[in-house]
Amino acid sequence: MREVKFDTLVSTVRDLCMDANYYIPDDVRQKIIEFRDKEESEVARNILDIILKNHEVSANEKMPICQDTGFAVFFIEMGEDVRITGGGFEEAIYEGVRQGYREGYLRKSIVDDPLFERKNTKDNTPPIIHLRLVPGDKIKIVFAPKGGGSENMSEVKMMVPADGEEGVKRFVVDRVRRSGGNPCPPVIVGVGIGGTFEHVAYLAKKALLRPVGSHHPDPRFAKLEDEILEEINKLGIGPMGLGGRTTALAVHIETHPCHIASMPVAVNMQCHAARHKEAII
Amino acid sequence: MEEVKRINTPLKEDIVMSLKAGDNVLLSGVIYTGRDAAHKRFIQALEKGETLPFDINGAVIYYVGPAPAKPGQPIGSAGPTTSYRMDAYTPALLDIGLKGMIGKGPRGEKVIESMKKNHAIYFAAIGGAAALIAKSVKEAEVVAYEDLGPEAVRKLVVEDLPLIVAIDAHGNNLYESGPEKYRRG
Repeated sequence: MREVKFDTLVSTVRDLCMDANYYIPDDVRQKIIEFRDKEESEVARNILDIILKNHEVSANEKMPICQDTGFAVFFIEMGEDVRITGGGFEEAIYEGVRQGYREGYLRKSIVDDPLFERKNTKDNTPPIIHLRLVPGDKIKIVFAPKGGGSENMSEVKMMVPADGEEGVKRFVVDRVRRSGGNPCPPVIVGVGIGGTFEHVAYLAKKALLRPVGSHHPDPRFAKLEDEILEEINKLGIGPMGLGGRTTALAVHIETHPCHIASMPVAVNMQCHAARHKEAII
Repeated sequence: MEEVKRINTPLKEDIVMSLKAGDNVLLSGVIYTGRDAAHKRFIQALEKGETLPFDINGAVIYYVGPAPAKPGQPIGSAGPTTSYRMDAYTPALLDIGLKGMIGKGPRGEKVIESMKKNHAIYFAAIGGAAALIAKSVKEAEVVAYEDLGPEAVRKLVVEDLPLIVAIDAHGNNLYESGPEKYRRG
């Protein structure tokens, strides 16, 4: 059994919180440049240039790309042959978030109860942790801070098998259309299809972690990704909803087997500040 | 690149009426921050007959909850938040002199009607361009509701804050005309 110190896990999480918020992933930046170069609208090109310039300022000054430094969401694969010493696993993640958001001058955006007093917890905890146990003696941590503006434009729909490919397409494109400028386009659209009510939302979020513009391994779903992206970019919404060709940078579909009676579909919207970072201990 | 208009706060009537949806603007002067929780308190104050924590005549409110400032800097990253969440509170503020709002995303019909009636402008800032925007902020000071943390009301002094006129005082709406122009099929 490999032992990993509590403090190691804390400092890894702390650094992930800061780095993910300061440095835009290169694939996201390259995709924005690609779309900028073929954008027809002058207003849109101007906005994309400002977004690209902002990446440089945030990295140089170590300032958050966006002031909404998000809900701290973690996807963790924990090796079955690893054990944390000197403290608990979950407490280490919480403590890493506290330190990262404090020392990194990141905004604390979490309120304690969702309905009544909505008092800020002041340290951006609790995080959301998706944990899987996997063979091996490593810990893989993916941190993906998630902003509220794009999250608010997301949706789960329990479709039926008869809705078919056309139904899925219509639902996803319509979700983007109704979102307009609110989720900070150009967006990345995470789509989950299959599983259960709660699992399909997880799939849609997980889809956002893929390299931008990568495809589903099944060519039928890969084709659907391309078709939906094309439809979305015909909407004309454009960067920040002010008109243009660049409404989405990519559509990523993740799938799971499902019940004979069901076809759950989820859309998780991701703004252009598509932040995530990985570490392996 | 089309011409950029430099304007200053407090916003004067003739400037407000001359701006057109789609104009690129660089805004300088004093603006105030406020988002969901602060707006709720503004309205509660007005209902109780109390005054607002700043002079709203000709004022511009920026919908933002900034990241904390690093030592030696006035403010942390400070991009716009989604504006429609403030729609329910906005007409009451326009009625008493609010002249400009800065945020992101479209506004509701009631807000636009009130903007036309009261001669006010809605500017779009670039969502996510938060570090760049912070560079335009020269001074920042909390003036009310400190307990709200990032949602407290701050007085900002900005210099050449880059904005786009999204909805003008005549009701022209770039959130409708822009996408209309580029829609296909």
